[in-house]
Amino acid sequence: MNSSDKLAIPRPPGKRPGPSTLTGAQALVRSLEELDVEVVFGIPGGAILPAYDPLFDSTRVRHVLVRHEQGAGHAATGYAQATGRVGVCMATSGPGATNLVTPLADAYMDSVPIVAITGQVASAMIGTDAFQEADIHGVTMPVTKHGYLVTDVADIPRVLAEAFHIASTGRPGPVLVDIPKDLLQASAPFNWPPRLELPGYRPTTQPHGKQIRQANELLAKARRPVLYVGGGVLKAHACDELKQLAEASGAPVVTTLMARGAFPDSHELHVGMPGMHGTVSAVYALQRSDLIVALGARFDDRVTGQIDSFAPDAKVVHVDIDPAEIGKNRHADVPIVGDAKAAIAQLAAGYDANAPRSRMDQWWSDINDLRARYPLGYEKHSDGTLAPQQVIERIGKIAGGDTIYVTGVGQHQMWASQFIGYDKPYSFLNSGGLGTMGYAVPAAMGAKFGKPDTVVWAIDGDGCFQMTNQELATCALEGIPVKVAIINNGNLGMVRQWQTLFYSKRYSNTELGTHNRVPDFVKLAEALGCVGLRCETEADIDATIEKAMAINDRPVVVDFIVGADAMVWPMVPAGVSNDQILAARDVRPIFDEDEC
Amino acid sequence: MTERIESGRKHTMSVLVENKPGVLSRVTALFSRRGFNIDSLAVGETEQPGISRITIVVDAAELPLEQVTKQLNKLINVLKIVELEPTGSVQRQLLLVKVRADSVTRSQVVEAANLFRAKVVDVTPDTVTIEATGSSGKIEAFLQVIEPFGIAELAQSGLVGLGRGAKSMTSMARSRAA
Repeated sequence: MNSSDKLAIPRPPGKRPGPSTLTGAQALVRSLEELDVEVVFGIPGGAILPAYDPLFDSTRVRHVLVRHEQGAGHAATGYAQATGRVGVCMATSGPGATNLVTPLADAYMDSVPIVAITGQVASAMIGTDAFQEADIHGVTMPVTKHGYLVTDVADIPRVLAEAFHIASTGRPGPVLVDIPKDLLQASAPFNWPPRLELPGYRPTTQPHGKQIRQANELLAKARRPVLYVGGGVLKAHACDELKQLAEASGAPVVTTLMARGAFPDSHELHVGMPGMHGTVSAVYALQRSDLIVALGARFDDRVTGQIDSFAPDAKVVHVDIDPAEIGKNRHADVPIVGDAKAAIAQLAAGYDANAPRSRMDQWWSDINDLRARYPLGYEKHSDGTLAPQQVIERIGKIAGGDTIYVTGVGQHQMWASQFIGYDKPYSFLNSGGLGTMGYAVPAAMGAKFGKPDTVVWAIDGDGCFQMTNQELATCALEGIPVKVAIINNGNLGMVRQWQTLFYSKRYSNTELGTHNRVPDFVKLAEALGCVGLRCETEADIDATIEKAMAINDRPVVVDFIVGADAMVWPMVPAGVSNDQILAARDVRPIFDEDEC
Repeated sequence: MTERIESGRKHTMSVLVENKPGVLSRVTALFSRRGFNIDSLAVGETEQPGISRITIVVDAAELPLEQVTKQLNKLINVLKIVELEPTGSVQRQLLLVKVRADSVTRSQVVEAANLFRAKVVDVTPDTVTIEATGSSGKIEAFLQVIEPFGIAELAQSGLVGLGRGAKSMTSMARSRAA
């Protein structure tokens, strides 16, 4: 479109804006510029249309036109998780907005700072069941940190500034800003920076010194301590402080699914990921501990198993910026409300260096014994099909530690957590809390946009991939060359695993037909403007990965045809005690009471 | 969550909020989402422009109550929460009740109302409408007394309350906000 065409676009009715007077749409774009937003993922439509006109002219804010609003939301999340900045997505009213509900709920569960901007029908039409009307402010209330329905055009700059402030401070989370179309077209004076009006929002960031001392007294005496590290440590950029605390105390460290990479996997103090598919040593370290120091973690049921029998002998020090997390699932003997970076730094500085390390000798000997006896592993298949774990392990080895890995949800997600070593923070992105299938491709797109010089591998399942792969068209056209490994086992693998174990191998509705090439992922990739590759034999794994690594001008999709029967081990079956962990099928390492 | 429901005693919570659209929905949605029952609810403006008070009576044990208070505190528009202890506060609700009363029973009904310092606000040949205010206990006792005459219809407000003494919750919220 040339400039004369642009001049022909009808301007919104009303007074011609003066230098300090902007339309709501212009104020929205100016505010995004002032907030240093570099990218908005979105799709236009009727109600948000006025905003897209000034956005067309912005030299500072780039808009990435996605193919589905869910893709916009997850892309904003992936961008935020990779960069630490606020991710932004935009959609129109009604169905555009409701398509954002899943990524908003996803970001809420994983405490990711994103701002969703939605158009709403004109103020006078609200409540009339107008075309494309949905009460998105109401719909998203339970799955957002906060939300706004703007009622005055003059409020737009303040509301956006508040939304970004709320999303990125305290416990981060998604914020929705719903703007009726008539307000985007109306005009008001524009002043920046606006004055924030948030009298009820005061996150506690500075931990209480007394509690820090109490925690350190417990830690210096504990014979079986464990540092239970959650995603809050990454959100707080507290990885250096964590390393100091771990090395000062010599306590074992476990990193949850949301905290992979917060502490180096290769560090001798790291004993693995806890939880339903955690390592035996990490599950044991929590379960038999006498002191759990929870750092930005929330005692999720996938970590604790049956809560009543979780870590029966442990006292708990709980560090969290959200007071409501403390005592929610597990009583905290020493609650510490505050920013994890400040709290961990103070814990590390105040730790009694004279506390004898020998008190933990038996503890470490037990943990090391379990590490030696139950390492993570897998068996190659006798039928010659590819072992999915091997494929993922090789991607990790070949792509290396400077890569960002983004997964979907299911078996491949667990294997990607288990068989790739994470030594750097922000190198493993996934949907932990909500467990959103379809997260990987759009989140990888957002991560790659935010970190264009970093290799981004999406490790996805054949089920997940079919939910959001349309965003590969976006990647191809917008120059976002992600790499996607489809771990194609022909099935909804995790559900099938449960059917194998708990439903007498009655495989109800889990076969996807993807082993019959419906769809043919290579052809699909090519149709979406990507390079499509396929790997079916062990001998081809490395060469295929290397071929994918060499393509950097387009997105690449690799269809790895793997066996259908591989299972994720270890496993704590749902709803039972962590004591019941199975290292492999029918292999139950009984945690000997006498050991501790 | 089911075990949290109706597992304790009643608590009266006084919640100061910014008077903005959607705040009441947020508060009530939070109760239902976290599995708590609201026994009664009253909302009104305070002496501070822009600040409303929501008085909520909730049936919950100590620990879940602490959790709901923390969750409420996380709502951006919530300014302050205080639990009104029965002994440290004045709590009142309003009852309007239409009682069946003919020429024979009317005097008994009016006498009962007088004993409870309630007011007759409407009379027809067959009914008397009475306005009563008081603590939940008093309202309950009054209803028991007039119930035998036959209650045609009744409406009750939610409980409202203020802490005893000179301190003001709104001024504390204002000074914290400043």
